[in-house]
Amino acid sequence: MPNKQSIFKQGVTANRLSDGAVVYLVSAGHWSELLSDVSAADSKEGAERLMGIAETDAATKVVGPYLIDLDPTSDEPEAVSLRERLRAAGPSVRLDLGYQAERD
Amino acid sequence: MYRYDEFDHRFVQERVQQFRKQVDRRLAGELTEDEFKPLRLMNGLYLQLHAYMLRVAVPYGVLSSRQMRKLAEIAREYDRGYGHFTTRQNIQYNWPKLEETPAILEELAEVEMHAIQTSGNCIRNVTADPFGGAAADELADPRPYAEMIRQWSSLHPEFSFLPRKFKIAVTGAARDRAAIKVHDIGLQIVSNEAGELGFEVVVGGGQGRTPVIAKTIRRFLPERHLLSYLEAILRVYNQLGRRDNIYKARIKILVNQVGAEAFAEMVEEEWEQIRDGAVDLPAEEMARIAAYFEPPVLPPAEEPDRGFETKRFEDPAFAAWIRSNSVPHKVPGYLIATISLKPAGGIPGDATAEQMDLIADLADRYSLSEIRVSKEQNLILPHLRKADTYALWQALQEADLAEANAGMLGDIIACPGLDYCNLANARSIPVAQSISERFSSITRQHDIGQLTLNISGCINACGHHHVGNIGILGVDKRGEEFYQITLGGSADQDAALGEIVGPAVPADSVADAIESIVETYLAERNEAESFVEAYRRLGPAPFKERLYGAH
Repeated sequence: MPNKQSIFKQGVTANRLSDGAVVYLVSAGHWSELLSDVSAADSKEGAERLMGIAETDAATKVVGPYLIDLDPTSDEPEAVSLRERLRAAGPSVRLDLGYQAERD
Repeated sequence: MYRYDEFDHRFVQERVQQFRKQVDRRLAGELTEDEFKPLRLMNGLYLQLHAYMLRVAVPYGVLSSRQMRKLAEIAREYDRGYGHFTTRQNIQYNWPKLEETPAILEELAEVEMHAIQTSGNCIRNVTADPFGGAAADELADPRPYAEMIRQWSSLHPEFSFLPRKFKIAVTGAARDRAAIKVHDIGLQIVSNEAGELGFEVVVGGGQGRTPVIAKTIRRFLPERHLLSYLEAILRVYNQLGRRDNIYKARIKILVNQVGAEAFAEMVEEEWEQIRDGAVDLPAEEMARIAAYFEPPVLPPAEEPDRGFETKRFEDPAFAAWIRSNSVPHKVPGYLIATISLKPAGGIPGDATAEQMDLIADLADRYSLSEIRVSKEQNLILPHLRKADTYALWQALQEADLAEANAGMLGDIIACPGLDYCNLANARSIPVAQSISERFSSITRQHDIGQLTLNISGCINACGHHHVGNIGILGVDKRGEEFYQITLGGSADQDAALGEIVGPAVPADSVADAIESIVETYLAERNEAESFVEAYRRLGPAPFKERLYGAH
């Protein structure tokens, strides 16, 4: 039977203030465009701590930080909701021109 | 078309400088996001899923070739090489940077454009029949009135913080191409027995989570009273509209609650106080504005044009394009042509910078440098000589812009959906792509005939799904994208709301479902009966049976 901690996994996302790009919190003052870099919390307390860091950065670095659920069964950070999967990957269309074109 | 006067230039420039300072203060941390958000929204800058989005106003859908080239330049220099024309005749950029937005607004101001009135609880950018001033079937040109409304409503101090956003549409033709019955206020130009021009005024229409067809509150409003009467409607709404509940704040809820008759009485009472006052424009000012919209001096043209008729006879692809993408012009020997932004498998309403440049060039060469944007997310050349049409069509073909599907099944209206939009529950664009690919045969589309198919990725209905002959609404069912289908909607003079045909279907079944609906229509239709006419006669039963019967 899984313990309580192993079914919890969250990270913080936001949009970068300067250009609106989707970013993920790595550490205080440090955000990455890659979901794979996100700091994941495995407890509610840990998630709240991450949000505290993120909100300080909301003054000049990012807009609207919030917690997202990550798949607790995956070793790599993987978003659970369709919305967050699309935010992580970029639009599923216009693959020739968007920033989605620059990703594989 | 209208040209800015000194006042217009100054106020747009001042707004740009103001916004530049606001952006600087935000980037320096002097403004919080809560403080900054309403300021950026007043300048059309939204924050979407992956980036900011800048919605630029195209007042009543009228663009010059010079403006179109500027839009292309902005797409190229500040964005990712494309823009998206919207169902409210505007254009959106999907990837602007906050730091660069003041520079974009500065560039727009150079060509008399801005992004004011494209967001917030104000009177939004006014929309109109995209064929205004050109259509053979119009009683009067809606553009002068739309321009008067623009000048009256821009930064109107009393109506900048309404209970909710407010949309006005104007048409001067009996055939409604501006969807006036699903606007907060719709204006239909009519004439009275004395032959004087005025408006039938409809109010309280709208889409979103509570779709309503507007109701007439005045059969004839003399044209000189346009602004005072609009002011009276807005005052009643501003005072009584609900500010406590965002879902009940639109004027449609108020009109439904008190009833159209009682609402009309309140408006008349308010109007009595202000009519013949300072708000109504003096006759000379109306004439000054109208002068910008004088019918253009068109070079002489043959009617019928023998060369044009010969090409139609010889080239079936050209003939098909003329059949679906052109309508009669009020001047013999001319027509109005729709440039479809709906290639099979494409993104409805998207245009690349190169396409925008080409269309600007073609407008210079063939259409007195004028372009229109339609709520169907297409572009229009309003003054096209029949003798020039074949050459134009060939140029469009080379740029993949000659899709002969205007008003047909492939001419899908779709919102950006969950691929871009912060509010969406499901994607719209991939569904549009799967349907337009399935029905990519132009011959088949022409056999099916007039059929509007509209897709929204959430209940806010930016994709006009309620008023599509076939409407598709994306919903989230426990994390999966499902699509609810409605039938029988219409956005024209016989406006109607679609009815849900049955349970929502998963994303990969939507094209099959549409195929089933279309096949039912083809099997059941009487001769020359359009899809929506057949639906009105048959009701949902045969469609439902074929779609769900096997399950």
